[in-house]
Amino acid sequence: MAKIIGGLTCSHIPAVGNAIANNLQQEPYWKRFFDGYEPAKEWLYNAKPDVVIVVYNDHGLNFFLDKMPTFALGCADIYTNADEGWGLKPQAPFPGDVELSWHIAESLIAQEFDICTCQEMLVDHGFVNPLRALYGTLETWPVKTIPLAVNVVQHPVPTAARCLKLGQALGKAIESYPEDTRVVIFGTGGMSHQLQGERAGLINVDFDIECMEKIATDPEWFTQFSNTEIMEKTGTEGIETIMWLVMRGAVQEKAKIIHKHYHAPISNTGAGLMVLENQY
Amino acid sequence: MVWKKHDYEDIPGTYVFDGKIAHESYNINKMLFTFNSEECRDEFEQEPATYCDKFGVTGDFKECVVQKDFLRMLRLGCNIYFMAKMAIPRGTSVQDAGAAFQGITTEEFQQQLQDRAEGLIEKLEKAGGYWNG
Repeated sequence: MAKIIGGLTCSHIPAVGNAIANNLQQEPYWKRFFDGYEPAKEWLYNAKPDVVIVVYNDHGLNFFLDKMPTFALGCADIYTNADEGWGLKPQAPFPGDVELSWHIAESLIAQEFDICTCQEMLVDHGFVNPLRALYGTLETWPVKTIPLAVNVVQHPVPTAARCLKLGQALGKAIESYPEDTRVVIFGTGGMSHQLQGERAGLINVDFDIECMEKIATDPEWFTQFSNTEIMEKTGTEGIETIMWLVMRGAVQEKAKIIHKHYHAPISNTGAGLMVLENQY
Repeated sequence: MVWKKHDYEDIPGTYVFDGKIAHESYNINKMLFTFNSEECRDEFEQEPATYCDKFGVTGDFKECVVQKDFLRMLRLGCNIYFMAKMAIPRGTSVQDAGAAFQGITTEEFQQQLQDRAEGLIEKLEKAGGYWNG
């Protein structure tokens, strides 16, 4: 049977891709941010997942506003990165696991999560940067991937509670897959940031730290907030943190905290990285 | 025929990209979406006004595109991610846009971000269990 080894949360900021591309990881601005990735990289190396499911949001590469699925699952053999218009060089394509994708799609829909299935899906920096930050810049990726896109761009976007429940359903879906497959789930995005309006530049370190604590130990806590309350505390783009809950729902309630790292500011953002490991 | 009021409209200095705004700015965002393609970027560069016409980008929207007035584009409801596809290659970063909203320089904006993270290490130590080198 498939097994969820654990979950990981991290930011997917465009500037991270630029920093890697320009080899800036040891520059003063970036050093603490990237050095804090090392323990997570080591954990991931030892976890040896066969498949990484990346929960992220598209920023106008694959989805335009004409059709905006709330939850969209990649069901393809391969996922291609492409020109996003602002100069980041596209990365090598990512192999998929189409059998697992369709199993997850069937299971989620049976559990009343009526997701959108995508047999072609371009993946943008939201998907690519976490993989690149954790695996490096590679021509051949050592792991299969499945993108799970959440709409956090055009409101109405799903609630934190819905994301946590989706994660719980995703966990059941993976664990009912008959093949021995090791799975790690990335919940990406956030934390606090606001890109536009007179309140642009908002970073809420205190709330970010509280979120990290609670998402690790008591994720239901986060579901008390409406999306308006989340945006009030963390900024309009801070709403991305709801995607962490998809990962959190899919791992065990008592998952062990392996690593916690927080740095701010990175670009406009409070950047959190956390590794949770299932206990068997 | 009314747009429902939302509680997030009361958050100061904040414009939530919702159905109403997305509807009003649909054509301009659709045009900006094409800038994922180099061919489209080049076509736009040749004749910006003609390119706007092709997508039904008119009035104030067209004016600010032609003038490359990114702040006004955002104020009119352009989505930040789609706007970035036009602004970043022209030397205006998302931080420049954020600074412009506040009427401060980008350096001041960056300093503000740093200030908001002041006391970070102490806070992480107090919370406990965080990596710190």
